[in-house]
Amino acid sequence: MIAILAFYLFALLTVFPALCVIFARNPVHSVLWLILAFFNAAGLMLLVGAEFIAMLLVIVYVGAVAVLFLFVVMMLDIDFAQLRSGFTANLPFGIIIALVLLAEIVVALFAHGAGPAFAHPQVAAVAQPNIVSLGQLLYSRYLFPFELAGLILLVAMIGAIVLTHRSRGDLRTPKVSKQIRRRPGEAVKLAEPGVGEGIKL
Amino acid sequence: MIGLGHYIVVAAILFTIGVLGIFLNRRNVILMLMAIELILLAVNINLVAFSAYLGDLTGQVLAMFVLTVAAAEAAIGLAILVIFFRRRGSIAVDDVNRMHG
Repeated sequence: MIAILAFYLFALLTVFPALCVIFARNPVHSVLWLILAFFNAAGLMLLVGAEFIAMLLVIVYVGAVAVLFLFVVMMLDIDFAQLRSGFTANLPFGIIIALVLLAEIVVALFAHGAGPAFAHPQVAAVAQPNIVSLGQLLYSRYLFPFELAGLILLVAMIGAIVLTHRSRGDLRTPKVSKQIRRRPGEAVKLAEPGVGEGIKL
Repeated sequence: MIGLGHYIVVAAILFTIGVLGIFLNRRNVILMLMAIELILLAVNINLVAFSAYLGDLTGQVLAMFVLTVAAAEAAIGLAILVIFFRRRGSIAVDDVNRMHG
């Protein structure tokens, strides 16, 4: 009973903030609604026993992606009212398309109801915690895709830095390689000037 | 126990909201990226629900990879957005075809 109540609570609190994300006037509010939707989606995943993915959702989406969105929205000085100009013009057409899509998915779902996935739900015997079994799978059968995922993140990180980095010409930064290459022989010069003569530098 | 159908209906609604968001906010790239995040969240809910009900952990591994790619996509997309804004002073999608390399 409490599981069903929790499911409907989480489901409602995922769908309603998702609607608010796309209808909110202020993009900062959009991001905050997105964070709420992610939290409740994590709750939905907890209900079916996928603890690791739920925690990953909170850490990665709420902790990194949503905060990144928030930074960008607040950092850029954008006239959002002007960007909404096509909103009402697209509204009827967009809603028609969305309703058709939703009806199609739900009809497909119930038409497929007699398929093998629904007729024989095999509930796995829970022998060990979700994280342990997921870790064993990730580091054995899915080791190569796992490493590849790490590579993708590395490429994304370097790409983001390269894209947004700008080198300013007017900065006088020290040239580190030149400083390191400097040796005492070329830096110090002994001179014995004669009396009354100067040193030529 | 909640049926698998419930989860799939929630994911379908989320997916539809994401597609609607892309349709409605045709000019605002930030909101389009957020709508894409919603779509990927719907995909993740589907993967995790099927994985739990079929007793096969592969779905959760796939959900993790989807999460990885979504994070990378958000980072790169927002970086492109920032340099585009720096150059043009606006993020309207209509102006994007003026970049020409």
